[in-house]
Amino acid sequence: MSTITLRDAASPSGAPPATAAGQGFRTATGGTIDRRRALDFTFDGHRYSGFQGDTLASALLANGVRLVGRSFKYHRPRGILTAGSEEPNALVELRSGARREPNTRATVAELYEGLEASSQNRWPSLKYDALSVNALAAPVFAAGFYYKTFMWPAALWEKLYEPMIRRAAGLGRAAHAPDPDTYDKAFAFCDVLVIGAGPAGLAAALAAGRSGARVILVDEDHRMGGRLLADRREIAGRSGADWAAEALAELASMPEVRLLSRTTLFGVYDHGAYGAVERVGDHLAVPAAHAPRQRMWRITARQAILAAGAIERPHVFGGNDRPGVMLAGAVRTYLNRYGVLPGRTIAIFTSGDDGWRTVADVVAAGGRVAAMIDSRASVPAELRRVAEAVGAQVICDGYVTGTKGHLGLEAIEVVDTYASRQTIACDCLAMANGWNPIVHLDSHLSRRPVWDEAIHAFVPGALPSGMVAVGAAGGAFTLASCLETGGRAGAEAASACGFAGTAPETPKTDPDSVAHTPLWRVPVSKGKAFVDFQNDVAASDVELAHREGFRAVELLKRYTTLGMATDQGKTSNLAGLGIMAELTGQPVASVGTTMFRPPFTPVAIGAFAGHHRGKDFRATRHVPSHAWCEEQGAVFVETGLWLRPAYFPKTGESDWLETVNREVNTVRAHVGVCDVTTLGKIDIQGRDALALIERVCANPFGTLPVGKARYAVLLREDGFVLDDGTVARLGETHFVMTASTANAAKVMQHLEFCHQWLWPELDVQMVSVSEQWAQYAVAGPRARDTLRGVVDPGFDLSNEAFPFLACADITVGGGIPARLFRISFSGELAYELAVPAAYGDAAWRAIMAAGSAHGITAYGAEALSVMRIEKGHAAGAEINGQTTARDIGLGGMLAKKKDYVGRLMKERPALVDPERPILVGFRPVDRSQRLRAGARFLAIGAAPSLAADEGTMTSVAYSPSLGRWIGLGLIRRGPERHGTRVRAYDPVRDGDIEVEICSPVFVDPKEEKLRV
Amino acid sequence: MRIRCPHCGTRDNGEFSYLGDAAPVRPDGMEADPAAMHDYVYLRDNPAGPHRELWYHAAGCRSWLVVDRDTRTHEITGVSSARDVALSRRTGEVA
Repeated sequence: MSTITLRDAASPSGAPPATAAGQGFRTATGGTIDRRRALDFTFDGHRYSGFQGDTLASALLANGVRLVGRSFKYHRPRGILTAGSEEPNALVELRSGARREPNTRATVAELYEGLEASSQNRWPSLKYDALSVNALAAPVFAAGFYYKTFMWPAALWEKLYEPMIRRAAGLGRAAHAPDPDTYDKAFAFCDVLVIGAGPAGLAAALAAGRSGARVILVDEDHRMGGRLLADRREIAGRSGADWAAEALAELASMPEVRLLSRTTLFGVYDHGAYGAVERVGDHLAVPAAHAPRQRMWRITARQAILAAGAIERPHVFGGNDRPGVMLAGAVRTYLNRYGVLPGRTIAIFTSGDDGWRTVADVVAAGGRVAAMIDSRASVPAELRRVAEAVGAQVICDGYVTGTKGHLGLEAIEVVDTYASRQTIACDCLAMANGWNPIVHLDSHLSRRPVWDEAIHAFVPGALPSGMVAVGAAGGAFTLASCLETGGRAGAEAASACGFAGTAPETPKTDPDSVAHTPLWRVPVSKGKAFVDFQNDVAASDVELAHREGFRAVELLKRYTTLGMATDQGKTSNLAGLGIMAELTGQPVASVGTTMFRPPFTPVAIGAFAGHHRGKDFRATRHVPSHAWCEEQGAVFVETGLWLRPAYFPKTGESDWLETVNREVNTVRAHVGVCDVTTLGKIDIQGRDALALIERVCANPFGTLPVGKARYAVLLREDGFVLDDGTVARLGETHFVMTASTANAAKVMQHLEFCHQWLWPELDVQMVSVSEQWAQYAVAGPRARDTLRGVVDPGFDLSNEAFPFLACADITVGGGIPARLFRISFSGELAYELAVPAAYGDAAWRAIMAAGSAHGITAYGAEALSVMRIEKGHAAGAEINGQTTARDIGLGGMLAKKKDYVGRLMKERPALVDPERPILVGFRPVDRSQRLRAGARFLAIGAAPSLAADEGTMTSVAYSPSLGRWIGLGLIRRGPERHGTRVRAYDPVRDGDIEVEICSPVFVDPKEEKLRV
Repeated sequence: MRIRCPHCGTRDNGEFSYLGDAAPVRPDGMEADPAAMHDYVYLRDNPAGPHRELWYHAAGCRSWLVVDRDTRTHEITGVSSARDVALSRRTGEVA
C-alpha cells in the first residue's frame, strides 16, 4: 500500500488540502446527499469522509482527490472524467480479501461506511509510478505495437513479452479466494419495459402505468431521475428533481409497476428477452443477511422503450487526459447532485449551447468560472451575456490546445480566433462536445445505428417491432422532447398490449437549446491528444492507422484497440470515427460505426452463475437405494447427473480393488444386488407399438411373444450405433424399452422424432418412466432363491415357468405392483425387479433381507463393469458414436428383412471394410501385467506410427474370476486373429506390453449359467 | 428467443433443442435408394433468410415442432406440430 499523501498532489491550484473530515470541495448546501450521515472510507490507505448518497468519485472530489489511477499503456496520471457508467479512467479496486473487485468505476460505486478502495495500474505508488517511463517510450506503444514490436523471436512471446505486457498493462487484480457472496436469479414478465428513468423514461412509465399495463422500469443508478438530478431544470413550475420525485411516487403507488433501481439492463435478446443485473448489496460493506449481493433478471417484455439517455463527448486536444479535465455534464452532476466542486476555478470548453449551461451552475455552487471557450465562431448573445456577467473570460472561435500541471490540472493553453495564445489558470476544465445517444442496447440485435446529420450523432436504426427509442436515446435532446416522446411512446406501447393508453399533455419546461457544431479534434493542439482514455489511444494512433491502411471502422478498432475494454468506447467511439472521417475526406455517415455487443457494462461471472455453484452447479439425481447405500458407507461415482454407488467397502478391505473383487466373486458364487434404476425406461403402448419398435431397432422383433424380453440395438440414421438396451413385451400392445444411463434422454428424443416426424401414422404413445420405476438387478446362482423371499407367493419363478428372457407383471411385498425381467448383464442367473419408485427403498431392503441367508452382497457400478467386461458386453467405451453394430460384434443379429433407422447407411463401403477394427478380447501374455484402456495396438516389432496403428483398447478390468487383467478392444480383423499377439502401446503412461487376442467372452462362453 | 409451442404457449428457447432443416424426407422402405438416403442424411440447405426447421420441446410437451424462422433476424413466422405437418405431407403424397 502506498504511503504517499495524495492530497498533496491533488491541490495544484493552491486550494487548501482537504482534511479527512473536511471535504474542502463540498458546497455548503445542495445536492441529494444526506449531510447528516457522514461515511468514512479509505483510498490507497488514506482516510476520507463523504456522505450517504455519494459515489466514491464524488466523495473523492469532495476531498480534493483528483488523481485516482494510472492509464493502461503509458501509466499517465488519470482522474475522473465522467459521473456515470461510461467512465474510462477512474477504475479502482474495491474492497479487500475475497471480496476484492478490480476495475470498479468510482463514478458508480456507492459510498458506504468503511469502503476500501485502491488505485490500479501503478507501482510502487500512484504518485510515483515507475512504469510511467512508458510514456517516454510512447512511439513503441503506438497503434499496432503488439503486432509490430514482438513479432520476433516467437519463442520470447510466452516467456518474456506476454508476462511483461500483462504486468505493465494490467487492469487491476481479481480476488484469489472464492467469492463469499451469493447471487440470485429472477424471471419477470411485463407488458412494457422502460429502460432508463430520466425524464423520457419516467414520462413513458407514467403513461404506460396509468393505463394499467404491467410496467417494469429499470435504471442503473441508485437514484432514479437521470439528468433531472444533475441539471437544474424546471418542469410544470417545479424543479426537475421534484417532478421526478413526484413521478416516482406515483409509479410506486401503481400495483402493476415494478421499479428496479441499481439495475443495469445489459443485454437485449430476441423476441422481447432482456438481461439485467440488480446490485442488491453492492452499496453495502457486505450484503444484508439472507440477501444476495446481485440478482440476475431475465425480463420478458411485449414492448420495450429505450430511454437510456446519451453520453457526452470529450474534446480531443493535447493533454486532455490530465486529472481535472472532465465532461461538462459530469461537472454539473457533481455540482448539482452531489454538492461538490470539481474545482474552485473552472474553465469550460464547449462546441455547443449546452456547455454554457455549466456557467450558472458553477457560480451557484460557489465556484469561479475562469473562462468560457466556444469553438464556434457564432454564439448567441444571451449565452455570452450570462458568462460575462459572472466575470468569465469569453473566447469564441477558440480552442483549448493544451493543459499544464504535474499530477493534476493547473492551467490550460488557449488559442483564439486571432491565433493569439494565452494560458489560463484553472483546476478544472469542463468539456462539452455534444452528446451521443446510447445506441448500444438497440444494436445488440444487429440493428446498425444510422447517422443523424441534424444532431451530428448516430441514432438507433430500424428497431425490431415492439421496441422504440425515446428522449436522448432516440436523439431528442431537449427536455420538452424527452417528455413528449417518452409520454407518447409509453401510451402507444400500452395500447399495443391492449390497454387504453393515452399520451399525457407534455408539461411546460424551461427553455433549452441543443445547437451544436461538433469538433472532432482541436486542429492546433500539441502533445498527446487522447481519443480513447481507457485504451490510451491518441489521435496520432488514428492517423497512424489511416496511414497504414486500417481505415475501415472495424480495422481501425482492432488495430488501435479504440473502443475496446470495459467501457466499450462509450466516450471515445465517435471521436475516432470523426477523425477518420476528416482524414479520409468523407462524412462520418460514410465511415460508419462499429456495433456493440452485450453486456452494456461488465457483469460479474458470479451473477451469471447465480446459485449454480459448487454442489449446486447442477442437479444431483439419487438412486432409490441411496439412503441405504449411504448407511453402508458406499463410495459414489457421478454418472451424468446421477450419483451411483461405485462399490461398498467393508471393514478390513484395504483398497477399492479388494472390495470390487469381493463383490464380483460373491455375485458369481452366491448372489448380489445392484441398483440399475439409472437406466432409461420408456413405456410404449398402442396398436402400432411393435411396428415402431421394429423401425427403430436394428434387430428383429416380429417374433417377440408376450412375456418375453430381447436385447435391442438402435442405430442412428447414419449407420452408427445409437444405443443398446432391452425391449420387453408385457402385453400385446404394451412394451417397455430400456436405454443406457447416459443415452436415456437421447433415445427418448429419437423415438419421439421417429414417431412424430417420420411415421406419424403409427398408432402409438410413449412416455419416459425412468423416474417412476426403481429397478434392481439381482444376480448370481442364488438369485432365484433370494427373489422368492420378495415376490408374492403364487408367482412361479422356476426355470420352466419363468425362463431366461421372460418378463411379467407381478406383485411384491403383499400386492405392490412390480415388473420382473429375467435378463442378465453379469452373465449369471439374473433378474431385474422393477417396483414403483416410492417403494424403491423398501424393496431394496427387502431384497437384502431375503438374500442374507444366501450370502447376498450389494454391488456397485465398478463390479457391474468388471462383470460386463468379463462377458464381453459392449458399453459406453465401445458404443462411442464411432462404431457400427458390426464393429462391436453385433453384425450377425441385424435384421435382413425389414427397414429400420440406419439400415442403408451402415452398408457404406468404409463401414464394412474388412480392415475396420472389430471388438475382441485381450489378455496380457505375462499374466501379472496390468492393461490400460486407451492403449493403441501395434504389430510386434512395428515402429509406432499412425500407419501402423491397428486399433485401440477400449475397456479393461482386473478379473477376479480369471485372476488377471483382461481387456476389450477394437482391432483390425480381430475375430480372425484369436491367439495371435500384438503390442498394447501406451506411451503416455509408459505402457508397451504384449497381449494376446482372444474371444471377448472371458467367463462362461457357452452361456450356461444364465439359463439355469 | 421465444417460441410459441402450439401445445404449451410461448416459452423460452432454453426449453427447446434444435435439429435443423425440416425439408428432407426420409426415403422409407426396403426399395429406398442408398444415394437418396445419403442425401437425406447429409445434404442440408443452410439459407440466410426464411427457413423451415425442426425443434424439439424437450423441457415441455416433448413435441417435435416445425418452426418457420428467418435465420438473419430470428423472426419466427409460424410454429406447428411436426406430427401435423408430417401427416398432411403424407396426405399430399397419397393425393
